[in-house]
Amino acid sequence: MNLPTVPFSPVQASTLAGQVDLLYLYLIAVSVFFTCVIFATVLFFTLKYKRRSETERPEAIHGNLLLEITWSAIPLAIAMTMFTWGSILYFKGWRAPQNAEEIFVVGKQWMWKIQHPEGRREINELHVPVDHPIRLKMTSEDVIHSFFVPAFRVKMDVVPGRYTSLWFQPTKTGRYHLFCAEYCGTKHSGMIGWVTVMPEEEYQQWLETGTAIAPVTVSGKELFQKNRCNTCHHAESGALGPDLAGVFGNPVQLADGRTVTADENYIRESIVKPNAKIVAGYTPMMPTFQGQLGEEEILQIISYLKSLKAETGTPETAAPPASPAA
Amino acid sequence: MSTLVKKIKHYLNASYELRSWFGTVDHKRIAILYLISVTLFFFVGGFFAVMIRLELLTPAGDLVSSETYNKLFTMHGIIMIFFFLIPAVPAVLGNFLIPIMIGARDMAFPRLNLASWYCYIGGALFATAAMVTGGVDTGWTFYTPYSSTYSNGAVVLTALGAFVAGFSSILTGLNFIVTIHKMRAPGMTWFRLPLFIWSNYAASIIMVLATPVLGAAIFLVFLERAFHIGIFDPNLGGDPVLFQHLFWFYSHPAVYIMILPSMGVMSELVAAFSRKRVFGYDFVAGSSLAIAVLGFLVWGHHMFVSSQSMYAGFVFSFLSFLVAIPSAIKVFNWTATLYKGSISLQTPMLYALGFIGLFTIGGLTGLFLASLGLDVHVHDTYFIVAHFHYIMVGGVVMGYLGGLHYWWPKMTGRLYPEFWARISALNIFIGFNLTFFPQFLLGYMGMPRRYHAYPEEFQVLNVMSTAGASVLAVGYLIPMIYMLWSLKYGKKAPANPWNAKGLEWTIPSPPPVHNFDEIPVVTEEAYAYAEAPHRG
Repeated sequence: MNLPTVPFSPVQASTLAGQVDLLYLYLIAVSVFFTCVIFATVLFFTLKYKRRSETERPEAIHGNLLLEITWSAIPLAIAMTMFTWGSILYFKGWRAPQNAEEIFVVGKQWMWKIQHPEGRREINELHVPVDHPIRLKMTSEDVIHSFFVPAFRVKMDVVPGRYTSLWFQPTKTGRYHLFCAEYCGTKHSGMIGWVTVMPEEEYQQWLETGTAIAPVTVSGKELFQKNRCNTCHHAESGALGPDLAGVFGNPVQLADGRTVTADENYIRESIVKPNAKIVAGYTPMMPTFQGQLGEEEILQIISYLKSLKAETGTPETAAPPASPAA
Repeated sequence: MSTLVKKIKHYLNASYELRSWFGTVDHKRIAILYLISVTLFFFVGGFFAVMIRLELLTPAGDLVSSETYNKLFTMHGIIMIFFFLIPAVPAVLGNFLIPIMIGARDMAFPRLNLASWYCYIGGALFATAAMVTGGVDTGWTFYTPYSSTYSNGAVVLTALGAFVAGFSSILTGLNFIVTIHKMRAPGMTWFRLPLFIWSNYAASIIMVLATPVLGAAIFLVFLERAFHIGIFDPNLGGDPVLFQHLFWFYSHPAVYIMILPSMGVMSELVAAFSRKRVFGYDFVAGSSLAIAVLGFLVWGHHMFVSSQSMYAGFVFSFLSFLVAIPSAIKVFNWTATLYKGSISLQTPMLYALGFIGLFTIGGLTGLFLASLGLDVHVHDTYFIVAHFHYIMVGGVVMGYLGGLHYWWPKMTGRLYPEFWARISALNIFIGFNLTFFPQFLLGYMGMPRRYHAYPEEFQVLNVMSTAGASVLAVGYLIPMIYMLWSLKYGKKAPANPWNAKGLEWTIPSPPPVHNFDEIPVVTEEAYAYAEAPHRG
């Protein structure tokens, strides 16, 4: 994409970056134009109508309706172009492509903990393949942080108690700053790291090096069994909890008559606050796992549940995840 | 003090005991109490700013520890916003001028007016106590759950300070509204009011309606911090983003509490120093009310990356663009007022023209932030720091200083030295741009705000900003010196040194205790400069 580069701007390293810069240039052009018009007019009037005598009494001018309408309508029309253009970019940044690879990010005072679906973990570093859409699923263990990569022109707050997500498609290999943009306490300015964009093959090699860790769906399954979730949540009759196979991404009928979609936030809530939303036909008896499971572990369990197929009720680690309602 | 001055009794020499000041119900004396207090806090907040800029001279966090740095920018924000910017124009200039401008002898509720000042001082004492007992590091925004659970600074004490000071704002706003409604002199109809009154009226509506929400939000933080009642902390079952909604529901309109009265000053200055009726008076007055109303509906533009819904983002972005229009209308009308005027570039006018320049840049860069796709990148970077300093310092402080110079002869009965005043006005304009313009560039390059240390590629622009700040600091010190000097050595001011229109220029400088010996009957519109001037 051959978009103009802007002085005093970070490198354009994502599909979005050039588009954001273009909007930026448009706003600069409009701003410079209006600033010049106003400065020039003020200067011109000040010189032309400089007071000549102390007794000078210029005639009163009351105003001009046509002028008022003009200088309200034109700025309004220009503002609406900015609104529309900005909204389109926001919308693009919001909706991740279906084939985006999902990587977990957990923020904590004062580090970024990252885990790839294949299991590899890293801290304050994020390795990604070039030209692939990447979707980050993010949460925080403590306060609000914000994941900011200037070279990609993306930013999203990382909020405790819920999942936020952000996506980008890197277009250039290299190393780019990763900043925490939301003030998070003493070492806020130390909560920085690097995003390394690598060619696809190098990325695959990189994934295989380092300590071998199971893919997130496998560690999720282990956690599911270790915490004895499966004693209640199974497909056989008489189960104390609802069977979770195939639940993800689908509507769930609640005891109070409401229907919710079983997304990441719902599953997370059901683990830490099991009584918040009871599935129709079941009694509230599940204990809370708040404090027993870390944010990363909860993310792994969610990945496992996403991988479960409805028909068999058995884990299919290779199964494609149900499409999330973004 | 010479015997001549003593002969004429005015509000300053009417009595000298301490009680006559600390127990005064005279709106003019209360204005002076505010003037002294806000000036004090301006320099305290300014000192913190200097420390921040010095720390940022080098990329490494080497001048102060990160803990201290965080406390510096927190206290800088809290003091400048709650104890300087919000009260500056309304509580000093508004208190002094509103009754006089509408032809009244005092506010509708003089005792309540004094109570407002004591609330301000009460809040200031809590905030000072918090500073002295270790400080607070939450940022002036008090975002949860950091403020409610994780910070170990004096959060409760500071929050209490903002809470109590809030009542000062509420009571002042209430007093202004009632005074403007009920105390106008005969003939002073709504559309004969000076625009300074209109803009303070609009700001008062915000003070009365929005400030209680900040009080409530702060109180909830206190409840969670002290009693672990789960409101904001997700571990206690709360919602951390809820706080941001409550906080910005006040704190966005609060920007208009600061800027609207300053815009009112602008209208007075532009009219007086071009000897012209303000062009499109009705539109300038109406745009103040439009800003006050629309200002309540845009708080979500602080939360475009907070996990707020995408659709909410669209709505808040749209409304934020709408609120830009009345501000643009004002700038265009002030500019048009100059047309065929009789323009004098005395000090207050220099500040007014400076305001137009800086507010234009501040306003236009606001469009960058209202624009969703662009805000995602510049949110929480130095771009926003630059933007709001252009509005708050470039706008509010320029307006405040312009107004202070314009009405200084009226308030003190003395003239300030014009030469030094012009020098410092120019100095402030240049120093301000040198300090804050580089920060727009820094922000777009990606430097996050509230960073104690930063990567090296940001250093050059930071050095420029710090250099500018030292110029700016000198610019603020010079008026402090010559204004104090003028109190004793300045030339005596006539009743109307500018040959300006307005009831305040029809009474002696300084005004007598009861302002008007006889309540005036108003027969002409505001800014009737084409008519003969009042003789001073």
